[in-house]
Amino acid sequence: MSNIKIDCINETCPVPLVETRKAINNASAGDIIQIVGDHSSSKKEIPMAVEAMQHELLSIEENGAEWKIKIKLAED
Amino acid sequence: MTDKKKDKATIILHSGDMDKAYSALIIGNGALAMGMDVSIFFTFWGLERLKKGELESGPLSKMNFFGLGKWFMKKKMEKSNVQTLNEMLKNFHELGGKILACDMTMDIMGIDKDDLRDEVITEYCAVGTYVQEARESEMTLFI
Repeated sequence: MSNIKIDCINETCPVPLVETRKAINNASAGDIIQIVGDHSSSKKEIPMAVEAMQHELLSIEENGAEWKIKIKLAED
Repeated sequence: MTDKKKDKATIILHSGDMDKAYSALIIGNGALAMGMDVSIFFTFWGLERLKKGELESGPLSKMNFFGLGKWFMKKKMEKSNVQTLNEMLKNFHELGGKILACDMTMDIMGIDKDDLRDEVITEYCAVGTYVQEARESEMTLFI
């Protein structure tokens, strides 16, 4: 089980979603992925993608315009 | 007969305009990122964008002003940190998106496989393949 960090600060649509998906593809079940960014729509949309793919949303933290999303990859 | 629609998007890129290529690739990448399968069918003017070195060279669909409008738009996009079409196509390919090239357009316009970016093209095909892909897709778009 590993912790993966992705930095999407200053990135815009659709990069935060795409980089999250790339990280999911390269990770294994149980891995934790943390994405940080400041593109506001991605803060809503990454959780939608996580739900659609049935992974687990652990937390969303906000600090001004910046956000940090943690997800956990589903087993199987 | 397939009657079950899959979590899949099929996009026809008929236009060769730069802004419309952006729409196709942004939606394509977004759908892949959100867990869907995606095919983009490049046909007519859209197929021009699959020629070697031509992905970025389409005009703006409105206010192109002989390229001045496009230049201005590219500057604005650069400032907003928007990816280039080449970067988007690379991500689309990496996330498993399918690129379909219309072989009838190739005949009409005299385009050979050698003219196209064969390394990113999944399949050379015609309307039957598009219909087959579209009938099992929940989302189909014509751009």
